[in-house]
Amino acid sequence: MDKLTAWERLSIIRNPKRPNAYDYISSVFEHYYEMCGDRLYGDDRAITGGIATFQKLPVTVLATVKGKNLEQNKEVNFSMAHPEGYRKALRLAKQAEKFGRPVICLIDTPGAYCGVQAEQRGQGEAIAKNLKEFMRLQTPIISIITGEGGSGGALGLGVCDELAMLENAVYSVISPRGAANILWRDPQKEKDAANTMKITSNDLLKLKIADKIIPEPAGGAHNDVKMVCENIVEYLFEALKKNCKKSLENLLKSRYNKFRKVGMFNE
Amino acid sequence: MMKDLFKVVRSRIGIDIQNPRKNKLNVPPGLLFKCPRCQSAIFKEEFELAGRICTKCGYHSRLTALQRLEITADKGSFIEYDQGLSSVNPINFPGYEEKVNSLIQKTGLKEAIITGECKIRGERCVIGIMDSHFMMASMGSVVGEKIARAFERAIDKKLPVVLFTASGGARMQEGIVSLMQMAKTSGAVALHSEAGLFYCTVLTDPTTGGVTASFASLGDIILAEPKVLVGFAGRRVIEGTIRQRLPDEFQSSEFLQAHGFVDMIVERKRMRHVLYRLLRFHKKEAVPDWIN
Ligand SMILES: [Zn+2]
Repeated sequence: MDKLTAWERLSIIRNPKRPNAYDYISSVFEHYYEMCGDRLYGDDRAITGGIATFQKLPVTVLATVKGKNLEQNKEVNFSMAHPEGYRKALRLAKQAEKFGRPVICLIDTPGAYCGVQAEQRGQGEAIAKNLKEFMRLQTPIISIITGEGGSGGALGLGVCDELAMLENAVYSVISPRGAANILWRDPQKEKDAANTMKITSNDLLKLKIADKIIPEPAGGAHNDVKMVCENIVEYLFEALKKNCKKSLENLLKSRYNKFRKVGMFNE
Repeated sequence: MMKDLFKVVRSRIGIDIQNPRKNKLNVPPGLLFKCPRCQSAIFKEEFELAGRICTKCGYHSRLTALQRLEITADKGSFIEYDQGLSSVNPINFPGYEEKVNSLIQKTGLKEAIITGECKIRGERCVIGIMDSHFMMASMGSVVGEKIARAFERAIDKKLPVVLFTASGGARMQEGIVSLMQMAKTSGAVALHSEAGLFYCTVLTDPTTGGVTASFASLGDIILAEPKVLVGFAGRRVIEGTIRQRLPDEFQSSEFLQAHGFVDMIVERKRMRHVLYRLLRFHKKEAVPDWIN
């Protein structure tokens, strides 16, 4: 699988047949009860959140949602969340903290929504607050990028104790198209940008941003959803066991260090 | 779409412009239930059989506290708290005692809420159920006190709280004393929450005013029955202020959910199961062995 380029992987994860958050949630967890609303402005369908059990353990699940067709995609705004989505996620994360439930985040989004209303309601503030609050949340957080890890919109659910990526998932500071536009003023160079920017799960593992790659079947997750879900279960089982054992002090310290140590420079 | 927009408004005014014939049904009024949401008139028998739910639109109509208790708690599990509390007349409001006394006679209730402990499919919790048939379940001293005591007992016993809300708001007849019940009950919720305990509210028809603006909105999880009325200010007050008719969905549970204030809308027939599941999720002993 290493032979696939970032561009080829992008086409796999953008395949409309690729499983979405609800597919993963329904087979990885039991008794998923979806909770709505940020208690401030609205309920953003681009992010789903709720309580479920994982192998009998109550957990809080937060996930960006992609639609399977145009109608669904309109409802979930092509998985691009507004501030109320991030605020709902934070509300549910704080609830998880109160009751000592681990938080599991599933991420597949091209990015946070860019628009007038999103700005009016404080898109930047909403993401920023999640980064700060998730960093200090007194319960384990495990995040998995299942498809596109689009920039700040992904990081809004991406401050965690352990980050895993599905084999074909990508994680990037900007969409390849956006990068091509900014770097070369040519959105047609999307493919070059994708292959240049080190966005695959292997790249991220090498950069020590991702901690684990979860294998997919040949051709991508949609070819055997059951197998991918089993792999996710196996991963979560180990990750939760490891992180729930840590003392709170230890947990928060290593979460801080996970991000603190990122950066390359001479001095 | 625009037609729908004003349906509820018309229904609240009590006339159906679209279908004037509906207003002249030649059936004795006692035999029919007229839905405040969709304006349909359905036979009372059908309505009762459906569990006091409009069979046309799914509006979940009001229950008495005892009816609610019966469909919620395990049989024989309910132990009532503070049965003896009854109203006095804090500001000597004319006719208040008489009104309360006549409602006691009429409803067989002592006040607008019953509180106590019960089990829901075996899960223990403190429960409170408001009854709109008693002075529109307005909150005076007794309601406030019973709720505060219920939370305090729940803290002592480390129990979750489930509250079915319904209220016209603060009880005007008790003046400023009733306003303070909002702060008092919210304070009790805060202490219960600080103790790390779970609080679930179920918004039922109608939950308004000072109750919406206090303990009803403070649940860790907020459930609502379908199509019920939930809001702070009354529709007519708002329409008068802004001089506009308000949309169909305004102040319905669905409206509230879309605006971020309700977690789940739960049909009456699923409520017991959902409460059971939520209580299970929040039980400390629920942690399985493999995690340790
Ligand atoms: Zn109806």
